[in-house]
Amino acid sequence: MSATRPNPRPTCLSGLEPLVITPDIGFVNIGERTNVTGSARFKRLILEDRYDEAIEVALQQVENGAQIIDINMDEGLLDAEHAMVTFLNLIAAEPDIARVPIMIDSSKFGVIEAGLKCLQGKGVVNSISLKEGEGPFLEQARRIRRYGAAVVVMAFDETGQADNAERMLECLSRAYQLLTEEAGFPPEDIIFDPNIFPVATGIEEHNNYSVEFIAAARELKKRFPHSHVSGGVSNMSFSFRGNDVVREAMHSVFLFHATRAGMDMGIVNAGQLAVYDDIDPELRELVEDVVLNRRDDATERLLEAAERYKGEGKREEKDEAWREKPVAERLKYALVKGIDKHVIEDTEEARQAHASSLEVIEGPLMDGMNYVGDLFGDGRMFLPQVVKSARVMKKAVAHLVPYLEKEKKVGDKKGKVLMATVKGDVHDIGKNIVGVVLACNGFDIVDLGVMVPAEKILAEARAHDVDVIGLSGLITPSLDEMVSVAEAMTRDGFELPLMIGGATTSRAHTALKIEPCYEHGVVWVKDASRSVDVARKLASPKNRVDYLAGIAADYQQYRAGAAAKRSRKPLISLTRAREKAFRPDWSATRPERPLQPGIHQIDAWPLEDLVRYIDWTPFFRTWELAGRYPDILQDDVVGETARSLFDDARAMLDRIVGERWLTASGVCALLPAASDGDDVILYRDENRDQVLARLVCLRQQADKSNDNLCLADFVAPAGSDIADWAGLFAVTAGLGIEEASQRLPANDDYADIMLKALADRLAEALAEALHHKVRTELWGYAADEALPNEALINEQYRGIRPAPGYPACPDHSEKSKIFDLLDAPGRLGMQLTENFAMLPTAAVSGYYFGHPDSKYFVVGKLGRDQVEDYARRKDIEISQAEKFLRPNLGY
Amino acid sequence: MTLNWHDPDRVEQLTAALGTRILLLDGAMGTMIQAAGLTEADYRGERFADHPDDLKGNNDLLALTRPELIGDIHRQFLEVGCDLIETNTFNANRISQADYALEEESEEINRVAAELARSACAEYQQADPARPRFVVGVLGPTNRTASISPDVSNPGYRAVTFDDLVQAYREATRGLLDGGADLLMIETIFDTLNAKAAVFAVHDEFEARGQRWPLMISGTITDASGRTLSGQTPEAFYHSVCHAQPLSVGFNCALGADQLKPHVRALSRIAQSLVSAHPNAGLPNEFGEYDESPEAMATVIRGFAEEGLINIIGGCCGTTPEHLAAIGQAVSGLSPRPLKTELAA
Repeated sequence: MSATRPNPRPTCLSGLEPLVITPDIGFVNIGERTNVTGSARFKRLILEDRYDEAIEVALQQVENGAQIIDINMDEGLLDAEHAMVTFLNLIAAEPDIARVPIMIDSSKFGVIEAGLKCLQGKGVVNSISLKEGEGPFLEQARRIRRYGAAVVVMAFDETGQADNAERMLECLSRAYQLLTEEAGFPPEDIIFDPNIFPVATGIEEHNNYSVEFIAAARELKKRFPHSHVSGGVSNMSFSFRGNDVVREAMHSVFLFHATRAGMDMGIVNAGQLAVYDDIDPELRELVEDVVLNRRDDATERLLEAAERYKGEGKREEKDEAWREKPVAERLKYALVKGIDKHVIEDTEEARQAHASSLEVIEGPLMDGMNYVGDLFGDGRMFLPQVVKSARVMKKAVAHLVPYLEKEKKVGDKKGKVLMATVKGDVHDIGKNIVGVVLACNGFDIVDLGVMVPAEKILAEARAHDVDVIGLSGLITPSLDEMVSVAEAMTRDGFELPLMIGGATTSRAHTALKIEPCYEHGVVWVKDASRSVDVARKLASPKNRVDYLAGIAADYQQYRAGAAAKRSRKPLISLTRAREKAFRPDWSATRPERPLQPGIHQIDAWPLEDLVRYIDWTPFFRTWELAGRYPDILQDDVVGETARSLFDDARAMLDRIVGERWLTASGVCALLPAASDGDDVILYRDENRDQVLARLVCLRQQADKSNDNLCLADFVAPAGSDIADWAGLFAVTAGLGIEEASQRLPANDDYADIMLKALADRLAEALAEALHHKVRTELWGYAADEALPNEALINEQYRGIRPAPGYPACPDHSEKSKIFDLLDAPGRLGMQLTENFAMLPTAAVSGYYFGHPDSKYFVVGKLGRDQVEDYARRKDIEISQAEKFLRPNLGY
Repeated sequence: MTLNWHDPDRVEQLTAALGTRILLLDGAMGTMIQAAGLTEADYRGERFADHPDDLKGNNDLLALTRPELIGDIHRQFLEVGCDLIETNTFNANRISQADYALEEESEEINRVAAELARSACAEYQQADPARPRFVVGVLGPTNRTASISPDVSNPGYRAVTFDDLVQAYREATRGLLDGGADLLMIETIFDTLNAKAAVFAVHDEFEARGQRWPLMISGTITDASGRTLSGQTPEAFYHSVCHAQPLSVGFNCALGADQLKPHVRALSRIAQSLVSAHPNAGLPNEFGEYDESPEAMATVIRGFAEEGLINIIGGCCGTTPEHLAAIGQAVSGLSPRPLKTELAA
């Protein structure tokens, strides 16, 4: 059992730094001012939500020597749990406070537990007791142990609070035994609070309280040498409220005697302890009489003398020497220390001393931040401190913004820059600094924050019509994420330049990995100071082209040099991949001739019929709710939200269906087909002599053990005697969506997104419904198929309907053949954008393949040989093919 | 009060081995997977061919889609003499898997990953029963921080709660134990509050099962400040996780052996448990790759052992079987760090 370990350790607590309580560190000061029950000021600050100033109180405690700070939010008007969590999370971001361990002080265990969930260090719980009996005591103790905290146990049991030494020892010895033998507590993690009650109250029974405490402390320390004795000291002088001189003397005298007896910790006002030897000898004598209960008239004598000693008490001192320095020095000091208290006034003073606000930023503020950067680089500051510095900087800059605006001439905006730390990365100091620097230099900044997915970056870049996108990241995986963003920009047809920055980024990585994915300019920016020059050039239509050409040439040269050195796992050759094609046994399955070949147009498919085909899971993902339908509705975390969303969706869906808001129409064709290498040939008729179109497909080139698939593999080869078939389709459920959105309340984003999301689902449902009709009626190879919708969604049926732009056929440009052959624009009013995106957006288009072994797959990376071959087959330039296939290029 | 070991014989084998020599933990799973040059299709396999999100880079998923590859990597490390094999589960928790919309698969991934490591270890132990091999079930840090705000202007904000973390870790722990892990290791701890949630979850699960397993804990000193990302010194970190009564505490990742040494020394000075280290193969080069040679790394590690700092040594990012072979050779014959007290029994 751990409690009986041979060598108990000293008590080891921690905040960001350790606190090891060995005998030679003496009395441990626990700061008491962050307590709403003990400090009227702190209570007011918390009640008024003035957490900034409340944090100051904690800081003062630590600066005044508190080695632990006690935090108590037990106040009737407060949601104590919420206040505790808020305050703990805030001070966790203050390294100068968070360095010390925290004592979570509450009489409510719920508050204690909520607090424990915020502490990364080893803190202390204050307190638990046997008041409710052994059961609850042990349960609470075990939970505290599981959170890894030490515990204060109060001298209280089922019969009441102990007010004499004997009872104190009775309660606490029993608690010790339970804690060590039943709850697994090591002795060093137990702190006794025998109860410090007010003395000199005028009630005779109170006179001996301090004496009892001191006696209990002596005996506890003897019995349990590895545990500690603590207490709330200020309580004992309660009757002298308003007379700080006397109170401080009482505390000092009490501690002088109690610590000699064995009290080795105490909750005190760390800035307000008198030194025992400095107390006026007469006052000390009077106080000693009271504390030690040496005379019957001790209280009267002290009361009588107290008036003479009434004064201010010891003033809290704080090192404010830095305030005397010149303003630039003060700003630097504030940035390094993360102190924002005076930053506005200092910034204002600096502004008045400089010719322009910009000079203040580029001068003293940037000097300060550069110094912070140097300290961080040298390991003399660490991340939380730097975050604080950034906050002070932000505050300073915020003060200057109105002046910057005024100083600027109209139309002086240099350009708009979107900044984001990429998905999976939380580091944004560098990004924020660059953002600040650019903003100070006249750029508009759209800061998306941290952990921003590529889709959001792209969408916001469009929404804000920015001139440049800036990506930042500190961790290694962010490098890959930046490549993904570049690929997505290519995919979505962006032409904005991209700036790359952050600690792990490099010219090499940018040149080798990112720039090849995006042809409209990728520039690595070494540090914040370079960012202005780079952004200026990128935002200027005049300079951009030449500048980017220079960068591109530079990176090209770098790649050429690097290519020789670096090897990659090769893809297999196209020839080899074709040898490893999937070859169905055509003798085993003869393709069925469609029951109804040719083109079929379905206008206004009944919406009520589509509802059952809806796959709801992607709908929830659209709303960023993760989980599968229908399980998501019962999910512990998002279930409630999901249900409410689902209700709203069903309500709108009912209106869409009932009031015919949208029209869902589609067209499909079943045509004679044959494969020719990796192409699928579609014929005009069953003579199979007139080629309607060639669907140019792609083959997997990964070095893998099983087949290297291509969609053409699922169609019988030309020249064989097998007459095979394939299909095309295009559907949309977005017809009428513009009018439908007029029916929604104005400026209701929720309803607007809901409508679009539902239209998307209906389009997918129509694709599914049409495919079902094809399988069972039009082609009819599965006439007796009757699968429940779940099986449809899991695609447990014969045949596939891959769509260009998806993994099996990643080239979006192939959609144009589908649109042409089906005359989707003429028949359905559907259109393709120049980048082959479909309009209305609630649309699906693709192919049908009916072979029993046909399946979805991912084409993956392509070799140069295949891309060249593909360009030749499509009769386009290689560069064009590379553009279409950029994310798949494996070279 | 204290729970019994799940498998006392196995723990006995482990402590006996730890009493006589420095045990070798394996190297970098991620580096080995990267070297395999997998494609999106490999990550998807057949089962996830139509999964709507990109899966490339979800290395943990490979337990389900490329089990033979993961088993093969385990065997490569066993072949060079590693005693402790880490499961490929660094991100196999629902918080990290949410990036791939695979939250629901996380427990299964853990279980299957542990089974893969278990069967690889069993093969080697069978071949040489005198040399037991152990499966270390890995609980990674997740991709969120419980004590740091991701929003610089809102320092009180938290992107993940303690309770979320406990839930995710509990589920992962269940999978690892069901799959046959011999030990658990909470590793690459950049935020100690995350680790405390993991400890909480692990102990909840032990209590639910009425048995316990040995636990390793390994933090990460992120940079030259000599602190964790969440700002703790090595000593403060140790005190914060000590209540877990770990078999070992240590440091891994972020730094090369050379830079990690002073921090391991700080830990070794105070730790009452055993001490482990699994540094990176140097610091990342300009490509974000780790390229310290096996020989160079092994030379530094030999210094760890000569100084008596460690009981368990392995490798993190960039360390290949070649590195581990060299490290194994370098520490062979050198005494493990003496225990300060007996294993908390």
